[in-house]
Amino acid sequence: MSSEKKQAEMIKEISGVNPLKCMKCGKCSATCPSYNEMDIKPHQFVSYVINEDIESLVDSKSLWKCLSCFACVERCPRDVKPGKLIDAARQVVVRQRSQDYLKADEIPELLDPELPQQLLVSAFRRYRR
Amino acid sequence: MPLENKEFKPKIVAFCCNWCSYAGADLAGSSRLTYPADVKIIRVPCSCRVNPMFILRAFEKGADGVIMCGCHPGDCHYSTGNYYARRRMTLLFSMLDYLGVENGRTRVEWVSAAEGVKFSETMNSFVEKIYSLGENVRLGDLRCKS
Amino acid sequence: MQRIGVFVCHCGSNIAATVDVSKVAEMALMEPGVVHAEDYQYMCSEAGQAKIAAAIQEKGLTGIVVCSCSPRMHETTFRKAAERAGLNPYMVEIANIREHCSWIHKDMEEATKKAVILMRAAVAKVNLNTPLQAGESRVTKRALVIGGGIAGIQTALDIADAGYEVDIVEKTPSIGGRMSQLDKTFPTLDCSACILTPKMVEASAHEKITIYTYSEVEKVSGFVGDFTVDIRKKARSVDMNKCTGCGVCQEKCPSKKAPSEFNRGLNTRSAIYTPFAQAIPNVPVIDREACIKFKTGKCGICSKVCQAGAIDYEQKDEIITEKYGAIVVATGFDTINLEKYDEYAYSQSKDVITSLELERVMNAAGPTHGHLERLSDGKAPKEIVFIQCVGSRCADDRGKPYCSKICCMYTAKHAMLIRDKYPDVNVTVFYIDVRTPGKNFDEFYRRAVEQYGVNYIKGQVGKVIPQPDGKLLVQGSDLLDNRQILKEADMVVLATAIEPNPDVRKIATMLTASIDTNNFLTEAHAKLRPVESPTAGIFLSGVCQGPKDIPETVAQAGAAAVKAIGLLAKDKLMTNPCTAQADILLCNGCSTCENVCPYGAITYEDKEVNDHGIRETRRVAVVNNALCQGCGACTVACPSGAMDLQGFSNRQILAEVDAICR
Repeated sequence: MSSEKKQAEMIKEISGVNPLKCMKCGKCSATCPSYNEMDIKPHQFVSYVINEDIESLVDSKSLWKCLSCFACVERCPRDVKPGKLIDAARQVVVRQRSQDYLKADEIPELLDPELPQQLLVSAFRRYRR
Repeated sequence: MPLENKEFKPKIVAFCCNWCSYAGADLAGSSRLTYPADVKIIRVPCSCRVNPMFILRAFEKGADGVIMCGCHPGDCHYSTGNYYARRRMTLLFSMLDYLGVENGRTRVEWVSAAEGVKFSETMNSFVEKIYSLGENVRLGDLRCKS
Repeated sequence: MQRIGVFVCHCGSNIAATVDVSKVAEMALMEPGVVHAEDYQYMCSEAGQAKIAAAIQEKGLTGIVVCSCSPRMHETTFRKAAERAGLNPYMVEIANIREHCSWIHKDMEEATKKAVILMRAAVAKVNLNTPLQAGESRVTKRALVIGGGIAGIQTALDIADAGYEVDIVEKTPSIGGRMSQLDKTFPTLDCSACILTPKMVEASAHEKITIYTYSEVEKVSGFVGDFTVDIRKKARSVDMNKCTGCGVCQEKCPSKKAPSEFNRGLNTRSAIYTPFAQAIPNVPVIDREACIKFKTGKCGICSKVCQAGAIDYEQKDEIITEKYGAIVVATGFDTINLEKYDEYAYSQSKDVITSLELERVMNAAGPTHGHLERLSDGKAPKEIVFIQCVGSRCADDRGKPYCSKICCMYTAKHAMLIRDKYPDVNVTVFYIDVRTPGKNFDEFYRRAVEQYGVNYIKGQVGKVIPQPDGKLLVQGSDLLDNRQILKEADMVVLATAIEPNPDVRKIATMLTASIDTNNFLTEAHAKLRPVESPTAGIFLSGVCQGPKDIPETVAQAGAAAVKAIGLLAKDKLMTNPCTAQADILLCNGCSTCENVCPYGAITYEDKEVNDHGIRETRRVAVVNNALCQGCGACTVACPSGAMDLQGFSNRQILAEVDAICR
């Protein structure tokens, strides 16, 4: 299995998404609040995974512009969950570069009451398996 | 029974009612949805035709699993047949369990004529279960074992 | 001992590619009772059937097994072939080695082994078959059509024109159905009412058609050729024989708050009402929930102004019992509930409407008298956005998994009509695909784009946000230009998914007609028998069987009518001879079987019994072969084993079990 294919399989396994379910309707892109900040648009994430072009996905700005708001997951009529693919791609990046940046036990110390809830939820999504 | 010298090939009997589940099985076939060849189907007019005697006979003759498929409750072609079947099988399976024939070896599944996918998925999961349970050693009539 | 012939079909390569058919034939000769075995390319063909006939005659066969496709395909074919060759048609058994074997198992060795086992089971069964004679049952030459929309009307007209009596039962106060609510129809842009009303009039004037409106089917019993149906005629509170249809009562009625069902709740109607001007019958109905007289006892204006004295507050529901030979279901559809689609602001803004509501707005008899205006403030819209696939093609439980089929075409129609009448209005359509499968359909859609300048954008809409100034902000995506679009619209139209009328579940249960998980009635065979239910005598017409447009509905309605006519044209029907039978030597008259029979086919009689020299009279069960449908419930309930089912006897099934487990 080529490394590209392995990465694609890993993303599919981590996210639990079957990208072939996508019917290319564009509702995810229509809902995304960060659309204009992204270079690879939400409706394209799925195609990139199917075509196993993980490198482009990993190098994109979109990976980090995604807010993990999961509006796309909520709205997708085919239950494809594109937002989860992005989270999985982020996992792949993190694992490539090093081990977890943050251990779960360290988090309570770093908690700042000013931090928005969503940030904590996103962080947990990113850093747990 | 010693299993080491032969690969376990389960014998599974499926009773399917003519109107819904047999048609569902046909649809699974037309749609080329695969399931293991260990399953053999016997056609009955309604799930209520399945006499507990048939199921006991199957285990006696060496079957490892028996599954009964019928129409969804409320959709029976003969209006009430599957209700009787449901109650009967609940009692029968409970008795079989008491006799040592594990719960997983028997099953009732409601499959409609449009549910080819459900039929093949059901058969696949049932066969997998029987593989995990292994060869049936209860109720077998030793005179029938070759 | 039987003399059995086994015939193994190759079915071209359908069976022969994965099953070694000659091996199966070879193994058949080793089975007890088998004296002849052969394999052939196509057993169901003329040549194949000739081979069977030849073998029956030359070898004096007493029973045959055909290893082929599903019995649901060709059991009748082979039974007839046997009969023509002089063999009782019930000495035929089919082993399904195609749908249950060759088509699903890839490995030839495995598939062949299984085919041999299935063949053995069929041989074991036919060894115990006994010749059976089909009985006869009568056919009542009257058809029932449930549903008075275009499908029901067309079916009724076709059956009546063939000379048979037909009853239409419609639950709303008038026939006409969804088509009466449409303004124009694609692809011809005919005025819907103009093409529907002549058919409605023809149906009401036809001497062979009886229409029951404001009525519902309450109970169905019996079976093909001999159904008994109870129809509940709900109380209109108006005497149909006296009413002249003048309409004064509706004008003068003081209660005007009830939402108009015909106008999809966009405006109100009076308590005494006819749903629309061309209603047939043109006799109003009093909505007792909205009527002041029925709620408070005061009023009675309609009765006072009625010149014909037709108002009857005391009228009660009436139950009519009729016998029918065939029943056609034509219950139609409704749009789905949009409560789970809050992203489109349907319940927040009056200017977000469904396509059916738009039909009412554009129709001259609708809530805005045909003027295209915003429902919130009556202003003319300048920017209209259409959103496709709302609730269709959905894999989650918010909507339906299927494509509703008509929406792409009707949106093109709406867009085109709006652009034609109001050229200064901009129309945008957000679509996933544009599906135009019928004759002249794609040309129609291209006209909307090329001639009328409708803006089609490939992409979906994420949300519709009502603005404080009354406009609607539509956030959508354009996949081809790769940008997110923010459009300020005055009106948003949702092409909502359609689903079968919710009452159909109740009707399907009454008729024991199969229904699928989407509530569409199942057809006997998706390709070859699309207008018949698997339940004999029940036929399907219109959207109740699957989404379709008007040309297809009318075509299918005609097809259902022909099938019903084919049934009604027979003087008698051959009944299923695989009925239950009680062995009077074992029966003790306990009545257990009678309690489980769904058809009331079992009665008890005193019979003279000679049991091993003891002569006595015993009360034994007797099965009425015309009523018995052969389900077998009694056979298993019988505690003494006296009851058995011909064609599926205990010994036969046990023999099949033995053969499989060998």
